[in-house]
Amino acid sequence: MSGLRIGIDVGGTNTDAVVVDDNGTVVASHKAATTPDPFDGIRAALDGILAGVDTGAITQAMLGTTHPANAIIQRRELDRVGVLRLAAPSSLAIRPGADWPTDLLANVVGPTAIVGGGFEYDGTEIAPLEVEAVKRFAGECAGKVTAIAVSSAFAPASYDHELRALEILEQELGSDVLVSLSHQVGTLGLLERENATILNASLFGVARRVVDGFHAALLKHGIEVDSYLTQNDGTLMTAEEAVRLPILTVGSGPTNSMRGACALAGLGDALVIDVGGTSADVGILVDGFPRESSAAVEVGGVRTNFRMPDLISIGLGGGTVVRGGAGSVSVGPDSVGYRVSTEARVRGGSTLTLSDISVAAGRLQGFGDKALLDDLPSEVVEQALRWVDDQIQIMAERMKATRSAVPLIAVGGGAHLVADKVGGTAEVVRPQHASVANAFGAAIAEASGAVDRVYRYESLGREACLDDAKQLAVEAAVRAGADPDTVRITSVAEVPMSYLPGQGCRVQVKAAGPLAR
Amino acid sequence: MRELTLDDIDNLVLGATLLGTGGGGDPYIARLMVRQAIADYGPITVVEPHELDPEGLVLTTAIIGAPTVILEKIPSGKEFASGVKALATYLGKEPVAMMPIEVGGMNTIIPLATAAELGLPVIDADTMRRAFPQIEMTVFTLAGIGASPMSIADEKGNLAVFETANNQTAERLARSTVIQLGLANAISCYPATVAQVAKYGIQGSMTYCIELGRLLFAVQRGEEGAYDAFLEFAHGRKFFTGKVIDIDRRTTDGFAKGTVVLEHLDDPSRTMRVEIQNENLIAFEDGVPVITVPDLICLLDHENAQPITTETLAYGQRLDVIGLPCAPEWHQPGMLEVVGPKAFGYDVEYTPMEVTAK
Repeated sequence: MSGLRIGIDVGGTNTDAVVVDDNGTVVASHKAATTPDPFDGIRAALDGILAGVDTGAITQAMLGTTHPANAIIQRRELDRVGVLRLAAPSSLAIRPGADWPTDLLANVVGPTAIVGGGFEYDGTEIAPLEVEAVKRFAGECAGKVTAIAVSSAFAPASYDHELRALEILEQELGSDVLVSLSHQVGTLGLLERENATILNASLFGVARRVVDGFHAALLKHGIEVDSYLTQNDGTLMTAEEAVRLPILTVGSGPTNSMRGACALAGLGDALVIDVGGTSADVGILVDGFPRESSAAVEVGGVRTNFRMPDLISIGLGGGTVVRGGAGSVSVGPDSVGYRVSTEARVRGGSTLTLSDISVAAGRLQGFGDKALLDDLPSEVVEQALRWVDDQIQIMAERMKATRSAVPLIAVGGGAHLVADKVGGTAEVVRPQHASVANAFGAAIAEASGAVDRVYRYESLGREACLDDAKQLAVEAAVRAGADPDTVRITSVAEVPMSYLPGQGCRVQVKAAGPLAR
Repeated sequence: MRELTLDDIDNLVLGATLLGTGGGGDPYIARLMVRQAIADYGPITVVEPHELDPEGLVLTTAIIGAPTVILEKIPSGKEFASGVKALATYLGKEPVAMMPIEVGGMNTIIPLATAAELGLPVIDADTMRRAFPQIEMTVFTLAGIGASPMSIADEKGNLAVFETANNQTAERLARSTVIQLGLANAISCYPATVAQVAKYGIQGSMTYCIELGRLLFAVQRGEEGAYDAFLEFAHGRKFFTGKVIDIDRRTTDGFAKGTVVLEHLDDPSRTMRVEIQNENLIAFEDGVPVITVPDLICLLDHENAQPITTETLAYGQRLDVIGLPCAPEWHQPGMLEVVGPKAFGYDVEYTPMEVTAK
């Protein structure tokens, strides 16, 4: 029997939804403005897509949402968090919460302590876990916080102390306080991982409301199926896992959009340009996953070590303002944004925008009255278009990793600005259903697993170490729901440890695969 | 004498990242350390040598270990102070100032935190004005000043003070000690008098690094003319703007060795190859060496002018390759044996940047 999947993506502006069958065909789609209470939008989206669909055939539901990111950015609905670091006597030189924006710090961080514990790079203890200090810390937290973040030195490789601290905290505080452990949240880099763990713990309440709200909205249509949330890297976690690890969902929007666009176009390797009203973003997918940026990612002003898609953005969109006459045309960077529908010249407004240029050049049809542009010199149109074409070509060239030409997928409300031929690219593809690419990206997302640890190649040899890491990543992906028969390794990165004799190497491996039926 | 402001420290951190030429550890951790040290112990002052007793003792401190380990095992802070105190006790003399060994990378900043804790000023000088991977790669080695007696300390109270016959042995002994002590330790070496620092050290390094950072921030903000002002101050030049099309990394004997190849953004027929051993060491354009160690090869993100470290280099990155001449104090007999291309195993002649610059 053929199953159907629901994908919903709640973005800053729009809430998209699709129903997709096993072949990846869009059966129904819906796009509406995101509502002040996002669940109104989710309910409306479900009403929109499920009207003519056999809800009994639905097997899974996926949600990508900006709820947690917005909670952090707007400092709303965040839980207060006790912060416990297991690393003393190391790490005392930098206390938890250093370098946080003061308002977020005041909102989120409760009692903090750095106590004896944690591990060296070789797996030996920095110090035995200071049990009495953990109990004292629990006492300080009682009644003051609803969550606790625990981070220990080298937890990605050795997390015994974090597990032991969890037991002690649960004994002391019962189940009123939820605990987040750093080895489940982040990778190497104690401060960034601790930051991410604190943010994660502060989102427990938000995450519970999101998942409950999603389930309630589904249940209203009689749908009780496995449900998932999408992560930053374009893969899925179960709703129950998302309640414990909500921080991993922030920033899934651009990833869903790019992966969705690529899959709608039936491509695995491609450039994606998303042209909106104000700006255009270009990214690149390799084997169906966005290339990640190497820069440290800030979430709400806090440094974390998450990886986000590598994107270049410029001020080029449908509402971008065009000034000057023939020979002196200048474009942007300002934009009238969503007001383009009233302020553009072809809509009877008084501002010349790139949408007007697109209408004059015949790239955009059915948007307004072309006759309103009769007095516009053709040189102005040509010069503005040349600027647009140059900028898009430069962005595409810069994003490519090799000299070979790859396809360029154009999506977004301003995609009409992208010419049918762009230098340096093989072809310009405009997939069907591109307007709901985000939701489609969520619907087709896969389950994944990751490993990030330090190996000593001289003991086992490089191949054996890499095989071990790959095996662990595959096992993690299968635990996350991937089909064991189709799970594959999606990335392997080796970073040698410098200034260290021998062959220490940090190995990061990811595996992903379609959900097991 | 002047007090460092928090702005000075941010400028110093960015300047130090640049002068790290890809290595030297991420100064972000050191920045947070010094901010906490100032909050806990009070402000830091920078002094020039002539403001101090010429016979006064100047001690250094630095972090020694593996940057990847330091990301997990953040310093305690105490290891630096205890290493400095142990060396002072061994020498039977109290220090009058702290000095960074290398103004480049995180070790630019660490001595500031220790200076705040010990209530000492920081002298406006160093022995590299860039980052180098080994202890003997200093202008003090050229002047015959010993790296030892030196101390190595960890956060648990383990401490070693030792003397060696030469600076190369000091390097080997320090390295093997650190492996036993968890790969993130404090070292204090090259004890010197104020007079020696004034005569043999690189002068004004801290001020230089702060100014470099200030000018680079202006570039990052996209200020008109800022890039030229930055290059002019450093006597530097932009040699190449390209995209990483090939990157090869391997670890041998503790060195993260690598080669990165860039293809020019405007002219794909031009390529630049940069050879790396923790730091960027030699840049070849179409096979011809154009920037050679000890001159500095700095890789900046083409979009936002952020210095790129060796560990974050990635395929497809768009970079500016900037050459900066090394501190003039390096230009003296013996330089090439200690820090020239052949000292790193390259069969390439040192060509001062001024000569290759067109």
